[in-house]
Order: sequence, then C-alpha cells, then structure tokens
Amino acid sequence: MSEFGIDLLSQAGWLPLVFALIMALAILAYVILDGYDLGVGILLRQAEDLSQKNTMIASISPFWDANETWLVLGIGILLVAFPFAHGVILGALYLPVALMLIALTLRGVAFDFRVKAKAHHQPLWDQVFYVGSLLASWSQGFMLGQFITGFREATSSYLFSALIGFSLIAGYRLLAAGWLIMKTEGALQLKAVTWAKNSLWLTAAGVLAISLATPWVSSRIFDKWFSFPNVLMLLPIPVMTLVLFGVIARSLARLPVRFAQNNQYGASVPFACTVGIFLLSFYGLAYSIFPWLVIDRMTIWQAASAPEALLVIFYGAAIVLPVIIGYTVFAYRVFWGKATKLSY
Amino acid sequence: MDAVDPIVLARIQFAANITFHILFPTISIGLGWFLLFFKMRFVATKNAFWMDAYQFWIKIFALTFALGVVSGITMSFQFGTNWPGFMNTVGNIAGPLLAYEVLTAFFLEATMLGIMLFGRGRVSERVHTLATFLVAAGTTASAFWILALNSWMHTPAGFEMIDGKAHVTNWLAVIFNPSFPYRITHMLLASGLTVAFLLAGISAYRWLKKDQSQEVMTTIRAALLVAATLIPIQIIVGDLHGLNTLKHQPAKIAAMEGIWETQQGAPAVLIALPDAKTQSNQFEIAIPKLASFYLTHDWQGELKGIKSFPDQHPPVAPVFFAFRLMVGVGLLMLAVSWLAAWQIYRKKNLTHVTAKMLLAMTFSGWLALIAGWYVTEIGRQPWLVYNVLTTAQAASQVPASHIALTLGLYLSLYAVLLIAYVSVIFHLAKKATQKNHPAAQILEQTLPEVRHV
Ligand code: HDD
Ligand code: HEM
Ligand code: HEM
Repeated sequence: MSEFGIDLLSQAGWLPLVFALIMALAILAYVILDGYDLGVGILLRQAEDLSQKNTMIASISPFWDANETWLVLGIGILLVAFPFAHGVILGALYLPVALMLIALTLRGVAFDFRVKAKAHHQPLWDQVFYVGSLLASWSQGFMLGQFITGFREATSSYLFSALIGFSLIAGYRLLAAGWLIMKTEGALQLKAVTWAKNSLWLTAAGVLAISLATPWVSSRIFDKWFSFPNVLMLLPIPVMTLVLFGVIARSLARLPVRFAQNNQYGASVPFACTVGIFLLSFYGLAYSIFPWLVIDRMTIWQAASAPEALLVIFYGAAIVLPVIIGYTVFAYRVFWGKATKLSY
Repeated sequence: MDAVDPIVLARIQFAANITFHILFPTISIGLGWFLLFFKMRFVATKNAFWMDAYQFWIKIFALTFALGVVSGITMSFQFGTNWPGFMNTVGNIAGPLLAYEVLTAFFLEATMLGIMLFGRGRVSERVHTLATFLVAAGTTASAFWILALNSWMHTPAGFEMIDGKAHVTNWLAVIFNPSFPYRITHMLLASGLTVAFLLAGISAYRWLKKDQSQEVMTTIRAALLVAATLIPIQIIVGDLHGLNTLKHQPAKIAAMEGIWETQQGAPAVLIALPDAKTQSNQFEIAIPKLASFYLTHDWQGELKGIKSFPDQHPPVAPVFFAFRLMVGVGLLMLAVSWLAAWQIYRKKNLTHVTAKMLLAMTFSGWLALIAGWYVTEIGRQPWLVYNVLTTAQAASQVPASHIALTLGLYLSLYAVLLIAYVSVIFHLAKKATQKNHPAAQILEQTLPEVRHV
C-alpha cells in the first residue's frame, strides 16, 4: 500500500483494512441472502394461486429477519469504522435510502399482516409485499450505480443507475427462482424454472454493464484492469462468470425433464451458480474500487475512525462472528429440504 | 423550503422514527419473557390452555417483532444521516456500543426467531424452549446496549476530550455511567408493565365477548399478578431516577416540576400552564413544600429554578406535561391493577366494569412510555450529549426539502401501520374467541381457512 503511504503493520494501517473486509463480507452476505427473499417477493405476483404463494413465502419466512441483519451490520460498520465516508455516502444517497427503507418496511410487515389480517385483506398485503420487494431491490441497484459513478450529479449517471436498478431486480429474480427450484416441488418448481430462464439475460446484461462502466468512470480503475500482467491474472473472473451463465442455461434446459421423471438431481445447480456469479461480480467490483470508499475521493484509511475504538470492536467481532455463522448454519439446517407449510 | 430550519425537521424526523420504533421493542422484550413462561408452564403441566395462550400470543409477538425490526433498520440509517456530528465527536464511544448491540443481540434474536416461530416439530421441545429463551434474552441484551449509550449521552463518564473528540479512558465507567442503572431498570419495568396491560386488556376484550375459557382466565391472572407487582416497584424506581437526575441534570428537574425561581421549601405543582414568555406558571395548583421534601428529603431543601439556567434549559411546557402524563398513567395503573387483581384472586372473577377498565387500559403502557421518553429526551435539550455536544452541532447538511419529503412519507406510513397493527390484534382476539365459543364454531368452519405461514 506504499502508493497511499500506509504502513500496514501499524494499527491505523491494518485495522481499516480488516474492517473494510468485514464490511464487504457483510454486504455480500446481505445481497445474496436478502437477495433471494426479495426476489421471492418480486416473483410472488406471478404465482398461480394462493397455495403457491403460501409455499413461496413459507420458504423464506424463517430466514428473512436474520438476512436483513447483515444490512444492519454492513451499515453499522460503515457508520462506526468509516464515519467520514458514512456522511458522504448516505448524504448523497439520502433519497434512494429513504425509498429503500420504506420499501423494506412495507415488505417486512406484509409477511405477517398477510396471514393475520382479515381474509379479504390478504390480496392487498400480497400486493404490498410485491411492491415493497420490487422497490427495495430497485433502489439498492440504483445506489450501486450511484456508488460506481462516484455520486456524480449528471443525468447520464442517474440513467445508468436506474438501469442497474432494473438489472439488480433481474439478478434477485434469478437468485429467487434458483432458490425456489431448490426448495419446492411440482408445478411451482417448473414455474420457477421458467422464471429463472427469463431472468437470465437481463442479469447478464447488468453484469456486463457494470463491468464496462466501472473502468470508464475512473482511469485509475481502467489502468488496474487493462495493464499487463494484471489483465492475464484477472481474465479468469469474466471467463468463470461466462461459464457459470452457461451452466445455468444448460441446467435450466435439462431440469424439467428430470423433474418429470421424479428426479431431483441437480435442483440446486441454478441457485449455486447464481451465487457464484454474485460472488465473482462482487469480487471484480471490490478489486476495481479498492481501496476507495468514495471513488477517487476517499480511501478506507482516510475515512477510518480512531484505532482504539476499532480495536475494541475487532476483539468482539473476532469472538462473536464465528458464533453467529455457527448458529446461522444451524438455523438453515433446521429448515433444510423442501419448504413445507409452516405453523406456529 | 428555506423558511423551515433543517435542524428542526431533522429533529422531528428522528423523534418520529424513534417513537414509532420504541413502541414495538417495548412489547417484544416483555412478551418474549411471557411466552417463555407460557411455554415452560405447558412443558411442566401439560395443560393445553398454556399452549393455547402461547399460540395466541406468539402471533402477536411475530407481528410486533417484524414491526420492531423494520423500524429499527430505519433507525440505524437515521443515526448517521441526521446526526453526522454525533459520530464525529463521540463515535469512539457510540460506535463500539452500537456494534456490540448488532453482534451480541440483533443476530441472536433474529436467527433464533425463525426457530422459535416455525421450529416446533423440527427441533426437540428442549431446543425450541432454548430458542425462545435466546430470543427473549437477545431483546433484553439489545435494550442493555442501546440504553447504555443513551444513558451515557445523559450522564457522560469514563472519557476525555482530545482535539474535540471523545476518547475512552474506562469502558466500565462508560457503560455503567451514573444514570444507567436507573434507566435500564425503569425501561425494563416499563416494558413489563406495557405487556402486562396489553395481555390483560386483550384478554378482558375476549372475556367481554363471553370467552371465559381457561386460557383467557389464566392469562388475565398472570398479567394482573405481574402488573400489580411491577407498578409499585416502578413508582419507587421512578422516584430514585428523579433523585439521580436532580444530581446530574437539575435544569431538567426544574422543567419537570415547573419551578421557575430557585427557592427553599419548593411546592409540588400539580397542574399549571407554564408560560415561557413571562417565565412563570398560570393557573397553578400546588402543594406547598412537597417537591422539596420528595426531591431533597427535607421540607426546607433548596431547588434550583429554571431561571438559574439561562439559555441552558429545555422548553418547559412539553417536559412538564409529559411528566404529568407518565405519572398520571402510572397511578392509574396502580389503582386498576390492584383492584382487578384483588377481584380475580379473591372473588375468582372480574366484574363487568373492571373488565371494561382493563380493556380501556390496553395500550396505556405505550402512553406512559412515550411520555417518559419525551421527558428524558426533551429535558436534555439543548444538549445532545450533556455538557459535551449540543444538538445543533450534531445536525447534518441534508437539504430541508429532502427531509420534509421523507418525513411526510414516514409519517403517513407509520399512521397506516399503527392502525393496521392495533386492528389486527383485535381481529386475532375475536377469531380466537370464536374458536373457544361453541356457538361460533359452525361459523368458523364456513370461513375460508387462513394459514399461518
Ligand atoms: C429499549 C429498547 C430499545 C431501544 C431504546 C432501541 N431499540 Fe432498536 N430494537 C430493540 C430494542 C431497542 C429490540 C427489542 O431488540 C428490537 C425491536 C424489534 C425487536 O423486537 O428487536 C430492536 C430492533 C432494532 C433493529 C433491527 C434488528 C434486527 O435486524 O433484528 C435495529 C437496526 C435497531 N433496533 C436499531 C436501533 C437504534 C439505532 C436505536 C436508537 C436510536 C434503537 N434501536 C432503539
Ligand atoms: C426509545 C425511546 C426514545 C424516544 C421515544 C426518544 C425520543 C426522542 C425525542 C422526542 C427527541 C427530540 C427531542 C427534541 O428535539 O426536543 C429525541 C432526540 C434524540 N434522541 Fe431520543 N428517544 C429515544 C431513545 C433514544 C436512544 C436510545 C438514543 C441513542 C442511543 C437516542 C438518541 C437521540 C438523539 C441522537 C436525538 C437527537 C437530538 C434531538 O433531536 O434533539 N434516543 N429522542
Ligand atoms: C408513577 C411514577 C413514575 C415516576 C415517579 C417516574 C419517574 C420518571 C423520571 C423522573 C423520569 C425521567 C428520567 C430522566 O430524568 O431522564 C422517567 C422517565 C421514563 N419513564 Fe417514568 N416514572 C413513573 C412511571 C412510569 C411508568 C408507569 C412508565 C411506563 C410504563 C414509565 C416509563 C418511563 C420511560 C420509558 C422513561 C424514559 C426512559 C428513562 O429515562 O428511563 N414511567 N420516569
């Protein structure tokens, strides 16, 4: 990190790095975990009947709350570890953040109201669930777009961000369709295959758009990717992404035949590969941006708070995060397998 | 839009959001422990009505928890967007406390909630009970951390200021700051009382609808026992809390008591109209010397008046009225819970009038709770962190129009959700009643099945 004049052996050097890593992992965990349940919300409207809707929601009910907590952790670290960037980023994103919060609120309460309110109100709450999921996803994509374009206040960057909003909807839809293929059976499962198919191309377009836009925004990022020998070492990222898209397409073509023969083999392939695409895209993005928190304006070291406070949190996180991951795995194992009707 | 001060808007927005948020945690914390109790009674006695009570209240718990979570997520963004100066000045203290809340409380309660709500039948009864316990413990732990921070903002300790930033010298002193023991006790008792009156009120509603099943009667008995036990403790703790505040924030006490002039043998003002312009009370009804007695334990003790804190005191009227509202509700709780408890334990049943009173008091906990927080928080003004940072210094640069727009959206959303929440609780109560009421069972079968997903 000599180019930034940082001594990585000092506390002020390595702590921000560690916290940037934890923050990135928290956001990644959020995007994948809440991604599939927001996606299920987006797909809800296309379910054929109430029983399909109930199964779809049953497949995510035990998890959504814990999934959202990763967002709280990610934002919490931004606030606590990088207070200076927090102000700049959330100030610039004030309105899309508010939109996301309202949408997440609507979505989160609709989970419960839809089964507890008067029976004739249920369609209304299902609609709220759908709209909330849709707006939350779109605003997250919009924020990603704004982040990549360095919060430039230009029409082109707003348009670009709006576009990324739509591709993130497609991405979450793909993730959710994969989740449903894995967690359901019968007619709903077949339906999910169709949903996955028609989300695939828009997702790919989104990944491509982000990959092309990022180097274009900053010459520094451009040089990082396209100088020799970096370009050779980085080539595997786009290649593997492409391969994963191919695997998903092939799997989606084959799965209906197998399901017809009562064979569930490979039902988790689309989900697993979509997660892989998210991981690779995230890695590529992180590589491009590192070590900037606000592109070309503020690095993680410039934004970090005092090492003493970070150290206190570091000890806590080192002990508690493995425990959290442990009981999260436990919770997923409790609800392993095909989703069934849930009751208290 | 320039006519409106963005700081004022930011304050209204923050107050609106946290007011909405706190309604639900308060119920989650207390109800979690009640559910654990129902569950453990069921495991111990195998009496079905304990399970009925558990299964009725867990629906309300799930709903409450969901509202608490989504409004809490809004809170975690609000902190940074509305008060950037706060983190820049005291981030070294607020940061770790908030981080520990997320790490030790939020993940635990959110993950275990899934198992608690939907895991029965998938895990052993014992693991399920453990999950229920962990959810209740998680909610209480999160109250611990956030109140440690909030109390520290009232009575800061264990730090030094270097270049305008707070640096911790002693973490134990930060967490167990002078007002923390009072605040956490008062808040947890408030949570217990809010839930006890909610349980009693909704059960009274079912009782009035002719559902006098064992489930309903047992719930009423348990709730009234808790309410009648906690309220005297709450009043004593409240009094001690006031003494602590007198030591650390005398201007707040002056506003709460409505005392303008510094005096010996200060009267207890029962009711009045504090007037900021003339700096005096109108229409005052007061009991001579009483305030000095209960605050200094000396009939001639000296109390500082508001005038001795020029430009350093909170607005008097809201603090003064909110305090009376809280204490008034507290005294009403005492009267109603003791009367009803006496009836149900001695006479074995309620009277119609008492049941109606309990029903009217269903959400009385919320009233006292919000009033109490307004006393505390408005009473701290103009300080955000007492004697360290003023509210104005912490405010953000977000344009007033943005704040106004989102404020409008939040307020409409909250109004709708609050109405939906209260009506769904009564709707669930009515449905449960119909199930227990034989004549209604035929009707039940003709209703479309609504599954609890
Ligand atoms: C006395 C208790 C108390 C107080 C004063 C607050 N909270 Fe809270 N909060 C809780 C008690 C709680 C809780 C009991 O733990 C919740 C409510 C929902 C639930 O039932 O858990 C919760 C949920 C909750 C969540 C969602 C957690 C999750 O994902 O599971 C967040 C992010 C916050 N809160 C943040 C805040 C912030 C930033 C506050 C202050 C400004 C705040 N809360 C005040
Ligand atoms: C939970 C119940 C709470 C309620 C109902 C509540 C209510 C309020 C109200 C009404 C104000 C506005 C006061 C004014 O502007 O005159 C306020 C301010 C504030 N409170 Fe609280 N509060 C609560 C808890 C907390 C907690 C736990 C914290 C922090 C840990 C906190 C931090 C703040 C901050 C930062 C302000 C901003 C200063 C201001 O607006 O004046 N509050 N709160
Ligand atoms: C009836 C006698 C009561 C007395 C004497 C009393 C006293 C007090 C005092 C002096 C404060 C201000 C603390 C400060 O200076 O910052 C306070 C705050 C508060 N009160 Fe009460 N109280 C009473 C009843 C209640 C009841 C019945 C509830 C709720 C069910 C309640 C809930 C609260 C809450 C939530 C706060 C703010 C949090 C805190 O500072 O602890 N109080 N109370």
